[in-house]
Amino acid sequence: MIVMDESNISFFKDGLRLDGRRADEVRPIKIEVGVLARADGSCYVEMGGNKVIAAVYGPREVHPRHLQEATRAIVRYRYNMASFSVEERKRPGPDRRSYELSKVSREALEPVILTSYFPRSVIDVFVEVLQADAGTRTAGINAASVALADAGIPMKSMISSCAAGKVGDTIVLDPMKEEDNFGQADMPIAMMPNGEITLLQMDGRLSPDEFRQAMEMAIRGCKEIYEVQRKSLIERYNQIEMEPISPQEVESQ
Amino acid sequence: MTDVISEIRKDYLYNLLLKGERADGRAFDQYREFSVQKNIIIKAEGSALVKLGSSQVLVGVKMQPGEPFPDAPNRGVIITNAELVPLASPTFEPGPPNEVGIELARVVDRGVRESKAVDLEALCITPGKQVWIIFIDVHILDDCGNILDASSIGAIAALLATKVPASKFGLGDDYQLPVKDIPIAITAIEFGDVLMFDPDSDEESIANTKLTVITTADGSICGMQKSGTGVLKQEQIYRIIDIACEKAREIREKFLEE
Repeated sequence: MIVMDESNISFFKDGLRLDGRRADEVRPIKIEVGVLARADGSCYVEMGGNKVIAAVYGPREVHPRHLQEATRAIVRYRYNMASFSVEERKRPGPDRRSYELSKVSREALEPVILTSYFPRSVIDVFVEVLQADAGTRTAGINAASVALADAGIPMKSMISSCAAGKVGDTIVLDPMKEEDNFGQADMPIAMMPNGEITLLQMDGRLSPDEFRQAMEMAIRGCKEIYEVQRKSLIERYNQIEMEPISPQEVESQ
Repeated sequence: MTDVISEIRKDYLYNLLLKGERADGRAFDQYREFSVQKNIIIKAEGSALVKLGSSQVLVGVKMQPGEPFPDAPNRGVIITNAELVPLASPTFEPGPPNEVGIELARVVDRGVRESKAVDLEALCITPGKQVWIIFIDVHILDDCGNILDASSIGAIAALLATKVPASKFGLGDDYQLPVKDIPIAITAIEFGDVLMFDPDSDEESIANTKLTVITTADGSICGMQKSGTGVLKQEQIYRIIDIACEKAREIREKFLEE
């Protein structure tokens, strides 16, 4: 393990970041739709060193039943980290951090889900972080949003999520682990393509001007990610249309 | 049943809002009366009872020596916990903290931690072996809305009142806990395109979105949390920040006066 200390670390070399990115650049992102057979919708996302997988089940019956809502579907979101996803083994199961992240992630997606179409039912979103490298909640939300679309859940729009941060007195987009650990601020957001913000968290220290700068940068990051999400869905569903259905498959249905 | 009441309530509050009013007659950015009483629990190392309108929150600080985290061997530890006890609201239930309680505790913790209000390095007793552990326990007594801001004010007030109990553990004389900053959380809700600060419980129940902004004495932002299933526009966020900086300054001055 590289031992770093806030005082002697330099986050930039020749104007580029430790991994060669510019300040306003997101890490390479890869999105695959429909990766799980049992789930109603699923998606695998890689954002830099993050590997997350999301599954959507539902709309389906609510258990326990007292959670039912008469006028709409409820949405549940479970953010879970694999014990091997981080440097030091994480104790399996939910902790306080994952409860909070599950709550804010659910609230990031709920504004676009047309829950009133499915009264008395539940839409379950499960997100597993397989490998973590800062920005797991944003990767999880990006995956969940695509998985909801893959499950055919009616939505007003997609949700895209990205963080901005501050390292070495510079505002940067999509901080990676080293920048997050030793940086001065971290601010994940999620938004609809029309610019409405559905998730906003911040820790560290930013002046109001720096906040605006970070906000603008994170919004640009979300827009970039939105294009990748869109493309991955189009790619997936173009493929399906073109695949000829075999007679056996028709019979078995 | 609660849904029906909230629909009627929502109509009522919405109609008021169209006239530019709130049910209790406050301006949209006006806080309720608040008071802070420090050190009312003598068994605690520091404590504060915050009354914000009718909301009441009691924060107690306990300290004890313990082991540091392996990745921060010469730093003290802060552990923040919140109890939404059933005495405080008909909607609170006994049992382990739910996600609302966890979120509350984590946002209060974020303010204290990220503002670096407590100098953790000064809390090291023997590097790698023994450091002071600060337990900040937030006890909600009466939830009449905006318990987050009340808890955040309570936490920093209790820390300002904290005496490190060194003599109790044979570590020298007791001394005042050094506090270097006063983070203040300011919360607004969005409802019908209007921003309302310091929401009471009715206003909270009808709003879809809540944004908390925590600012430090030098006017920078050290923590933020959007909560709820609604959305916020970029301009609304900027406005909340502007007002939050101003309100926090007012509240902080009240602290410093004491």
